[in-house]
Amino acid sequence: MPGMKQSGRRIYDWFEQRLQVEGPIKDAVLHKVPRNTASWWYVFGSAAFTLLMLQIVTGILLALVYVPSAAEAWNSLNILNHQVPLGWFLRAVHAWGSNFMVAVVFIHMAQVFLFGAYKFPRELTWTVGVFLLLMTLGMAFTGQVLRFDQDAYWGLGIGVFILSRVPWMGGGLVHLLLGGPTIAGATLSRFFALHVFVIPGTLLFLALVHVWMVIKLGINEWPMPGRLVRKSTYIAEYNQLTHEDGIPFVPGAFWKDLIFSAAVLAAVGVCAAVFGPAGPGGQPDPSITQTVPKPDFPFLWIYAVLSYLPPSMETPFILIAPILMIAGLLAVPFVASEGEKSWHRRPVAVLALASVAVGWGVFTHLAMNTPWSPHMGAWSGDTLPLEYLREATPLVRQGAVIFQAKQCRNCHSIGGHGGERGPALDAVATRMTPDQMRYKVVTGGGNMPAYGKNLSPPEIEALVSFLETLHPKGEPPAFDASQQAAQSNPAPGGSNTP
Amino acid sequence: MSEESNGPNKSSTGPEIDKASDREGPAVVSRRWLLLKAGVALNGLVGLALAVPVVRYLLAPVRKDSSYKSWVSLGDADGFPVGETRLVSFKNPWTQPWDGQTDNVAAYVRREGASQFTVFAINCAHLGCPVRWFPQSQLFMCPCHGGVYYADGSRASGPPERGLFTYDYKIVGEQLQIDAGQMPSLSNSAKLVNISSPAKTSGNDGDCGCRG
Repeated sequence: MPGMKQSGRRIYDWFEQRLQVEGPIKDAVLHKVPRNTASWWYVFGSAAFTLLMLQIVTGILLALVYVPSAAEAWNSLNILNHQVPLGWFLRAVHAWGSNFMVAVVFIHMAQVFLFGAYKFPRELTWTVGVFLLLMTLGMAFTGQVLRFDQDAYWGLGIGVFILSRVPWMGGGLVHLLLGGPTIAGATLSRFFALHVFVIPGTLLFLALVHVWMVIKLGINEWPMPGRLVRKSTYIAEYNQLTHEDGIPFVPGAFWKDLIFSAAVLAAVGVCAAVFGPAGPGGQPDPSITQTVPKPDFPFLWIYAVLSYLPPSMETPFILIAPILMIAGLLAVPFVASEGEKSWHRRPVAVLALASVAVGWGVFTHLAMNTPWSPHMGAWSGDTLPLEYLREATPLVRQGAVIFQAKQCRNCHSIGGHGGERGPALDAVATRMTPDQMRYKVVTGGGNMPAYGKNLSPPEIEALVSFLETLHPKGEPPAFDASQQAAQSNPAPGGSNTP
Repeated sequence: MSEESNGPNKSSTGPEIDKASDREGPAVVSRRWLLLKAGVALNGLVGLALAVPVVRYLLAPVRKDSSYKSWVSLGDADGFPVGETRLVSFKNPWTQPWDGQTDNVAAYVRREGASQFTVFAINCAHLGCPVRWFPQSQLFMCPCHGGVYYADGSRASGPPERGLFTYDYKIVGEQLQIDAGQMPSLSNSAKLVNISSPAKTSGNDGDCGCRG
């Protein structure tokens, strides 16, 4: 045994003499960090890096089978799902790893922001971090494209329409994005190059720069109210803190990173095993119009924002908002490089973060339900509640049929079923008089198309008589008070009134 | 001997260069720097020369719209009944052998008269999703963000800023042909149009339709 140990030592020395990495690694591993940074709040960065490694490994494994050709990509994914043993699991781990990575990167950023960790001297660490975030999202989007199903195809289409709004060079940018005039073979090839070479290469390089700066500048100390950052004194204060109350990074803080990373990896594995891989959805044939494209989870909020923008705001918003957002993120450490780090004394920062989080949550939730989209099958598939038709006259029944057949149901729900683009009509008769309904049906207005050309006068009459019956039992329908008054109390002079 | 072998191991090489420069005098050193600069300049020059073809290669897909487009037949013009809107699909004229299904393109053909057609792209003018035609209500509806268009392609409601995109068409012999080959978008098929109070205009349309 001692002989083996000795020969092991000799081999180690042989390599060390040539590689000379022991010194730098020891420095990095044993550098002192403030005791209170050994916290569960400081584990997200390392978890993001672990997930990046997972994505690289699973990505390479998937590339062993995946065919980056528009004609074959979709088939090869189905073969991965159904024929290659555990191919589905590898795809699932890669997809869930992507979701987790986006989530962990966002949480990491929120934590860094909340803890004021971007302040002097860590401004550049934040800046590189912003680019890491953008690249992570870039990976998520290009990854969605490589899935090359209908969602991928039409998601790219949305990219085309966004780029095409750029003044003057829009057309050229679209050609560059697609590699040609349409989404086709050349498009998938270039997104493969982006997803597999360009973005991950840059991402890995920037991630190493990011980690390098974290090691060189030291981990941000736990923010204490009243302990202000000043450029003139901070470094000395930090050094004193690590000197007096520091512990070696390994094992003091690192064991929590290890445990959290393992937990995240386990969570990815469990999600992959339970929920399975993402798609592929329908085949990427653009002549199939029976499709309801939706972006992947990280981009749902954009999908929601784009449907709520008024038409006049679309182009300016789409072109300017991303630039402002990125510029705002990059500006954070330069606008507030000194001062308080503690969230107890940074109400604006806390409020800003909370607003962004709530806004993101609301838009994402909306995009999961898409209340703005017509329900394409509601007119033919959704049933009318029986009580609405029980004592209906033939005219009312005819109106109910027209209501379904003319796709009104695609946007208006009755009995809780149907589209949500327009208001639910269960109690429409209490809100509108028959004349108002007639006017609205014929002329449309707001978000409602005008049906004047598409409905004959008898059809409109039947439809309105059906809508008139839609009111709760104890609640009378709306009526025109002036008409009633005129009927019950004819004006003097009788028929001569104009 | 032992000193030399230890040198590169332990100490940085910086001071040695200084020593060497002390020994060799400023003229020798400045010549070295000049040569270094020449090396950098040479690399820059070669890099630039190589960058030109690389940039040209990268920009290869950027071409005039017209060079991508050509006339495609949608079949017999008499196959489209007057007053109806039909979904058709055709092979994109600009293809590569590995395009697979992506070179299937769809369009809606609306025949208004004997020789009068409107051929709509299926792409919503908002963000390009495929709109669906509902003949019962004579509306195109978009599944993505809720854009709706009338039968003539004009905007009815939702976020689109304009009506549906149309292809140029002509009748050659019996064939209906369209000028296709490019994914329609706001940068090529048409520019943005201002919508002046859609409610009002559609209201007038509706009235007229009702009276007529």
